[in-house]
Amino acid sequence: MNTKFFSMLMLWRVLLYVTLLIGAAFFLAPLYVMVVTSLKDADEIRQHSLVSLPGGLNFDAWRLAWDSACTGAQCSGLEPFFWNSVWMTIPAVLISTTWGALNGYVLSLWKFRGSETLFAFLLFGVFMPFQVVLLPMSQVLGWMGMSSSIAGLILVHLLAGLPSTTLFFRNYYAAVPKDLLNAARMDGAGFWMIFLRIIVPMSTPIVMVTLIWQFTQIWNDFLFGVAFSGADSKPITVGLNNLANTTSSVKAYNVDMAAALIAGLPTMLVYVVAGRYFVRGLTAGAVKG
Amino acid sequence: MSSALKINGIRKCFGKGDNTVEVLKRIDIDVASGEFLILVGPSGCGKSTLLNIIAGLEEPTEGSISIGDRNVVGVPPAQRDIAMVFQSYALYPTMSVAENIGFALEIRKVPKAERQARIAEVAAMLQIEHLLDRRPSQLSGGQRQRVAMGRALARNPQLFLFDEPLSNLDAKLRVEMRAEIKRLHQLSGITSVYVTHDQVEAMTLGSRIAVMKGGVLQQLGTPDDIYNRPANTYVATFIGSPTMNLIEGRASGVEQFTIAGAQLALAAPSNASKPTLLGLRPEHIRLSDAAAWRGIVNLVEPTGADTYVVVDTAAGKVTVRAAPQTQVRPGDAVGLEIQAEHITWFDQASGLRL
Repeated sequence: MNTKFFSMLMLWRVLLYVTLLIGAAFFLAPLYVMVVTSLKDADEIRQHSLVSLPGGLNFDAWRLAWDSACTGAQCSGLEPFFWNSVWMTIPAVLISTTWGALNGYVLSLWKFRGSETLFAFLLFGVFMPFQVVLLPMSQVLGWMGMSSSIAGLILVHLLAGLPSTTLFFRNYYAAVPKDLLNAARMDGAGFWMIFLRIIVPMSTPIVMVTLIWQFTQIWNDFLFGVAFSGADSKPITVGLNNLANTTSSVKAYNVDMAAALIAGLPTMLVYVVAGRYFVRGLTAGAVKG
Repeated sequence: MSSALKINGIRKCFGKGDNTVEVLKRIDIDVASGEFLILVGPSGCGKSTLLNIIAGLEEPTEGSISIGDRNVVGVPPAQRDIAMVFQSYALYPTMSVAENIGFALEIRKVPKAERQARIAEVAAMLQIEHLLDRRPSQLSGGQRQRVAMGRALARNPQLFLFDEPLSNLDAKLRVEMRAEIKRLHQLSGITSVYVTHDQVEAMTLGSRIAVMKGGVLQQLGTPDDIYNRPANTYVATFIGSPTMNLIEGRASGVEQFTIAGAQLALAAPSNASKPTLLGLRPEHIRLSDAAAWRGIVNLVEPTGADTYVVVDTAAGKVTVRAAPQTQVRPGDAVGLEIQAEHITWFDQASGLRL
């Protein structure tokens, strides 16, 4: 009876692990194919199967993808697009996170008449499909003289991200005890002093969550990038699209794969470096003194 | 003595129009310099709102608050020369104990050397010198409480406010910290206002007690006044544990008071027509076989130092404090002997003391 029970238990365990492994393999397979393909040359790709290992570590495709593959008429690889993305993403992430923290601080801890209504309107921004703002936004950028520029893209991403960053910080700060604020007020601290000396130092987890979230959103964005960028301000997602769509006699799968990996690496890197904060920040609600 | 805090006709309403709730209905209290005033009452009585108004965290709808000679209505909390200890301690989680204590001084731009001297002095007073480098999350409840008091003490304010500071501690620590607060008050001599719902804290700490209920000040007096001369039945039953016995009856002749099931030889200070309540604390009734007023023992509660005996009488349940070795059992018939000089009489209709 007892042994039968345990063997049943073992059977379930094995089934569970097999299922999980199949699931993991299913999701990792494309990544595997991408990595091995990017390390092969054209002959290898043609002669061997999709999943076979490359003959050696051949980084030619990566070099091509980085600085000499053609994206339309221009043949300088992804490098210029990569730096466009960097100069677009870093300011947009930093400003939208800082601004969101400030918004959340006010909406949670310095409530004023109408602040809840304002927050409700902000929430619309979180769920609004961005397609509906494309035309008006393009008009506004034109008026401001920021069309087809990195600065314009930064502004668009800043505005598009603000509802989410505000929501994150507002909910995190909702758990800050009211007494903490009162104690600081009695100690003589004002709005900015409380924010900078008390609230910001206890915000590390939610700052991490917001940074990762915003970085991923902005780096991976294609819609705004394709709609609002000019010839020399296209982000890497647009560059990748152009690279993959530029037709030549033979499709260079290895270069396409390397380019896709280059485009995806920064977000993966950010998640690996700050990922543990991401999980911790999502689960840590209460701030206990 | 001059008055250190003057609460003058304070009213506070929340909401507007038909939904207005009046949580404080004209409160007047004068606190002398060096006094320890307790605001006590059940939750929702308005005591914390009153404290917040004194602190400046809320503004009164009507009335004025003076600290020292200065009317402080409209003055921000930081400029009232007050310090407050919160129920949740409200320590700054990312600062060390020393930084917590010194924060207010830092904001007031006190030079660093002077600040550190003050922190050391306060830490010595509270015996927390060894904790100065720790974060609040590394402290026990009692230690956090001490740091919260240190933060208030560091500024050497004109007025100390306490908002139920002991209610998050376990029973043993609460008694310890209660004594500590009393010691610190005697040491510093700073005028204090202390909000609590615990009547033992009120009795042990207060030089005067303000009993509140429903936004109305029920009685303001010394612990002795409140305990022995309660102004009404509410104060009589709120303060004291077990609570005061209130027995209905009416005067029925010269030196005669009739209650359900017994005639007592007592002179009630009311005329025969008026229903009257006879108030007696458990310690002022004795179990005695000879007494005329009789009942059946319902419950025996030994607490160690005393044994409380609940007796069913025709006039209702009566609690008696008896000697710890008292040998009575539920179901025993007993007599109740009243110590007439300790009776407090109340008018039954109004609840006021006669």
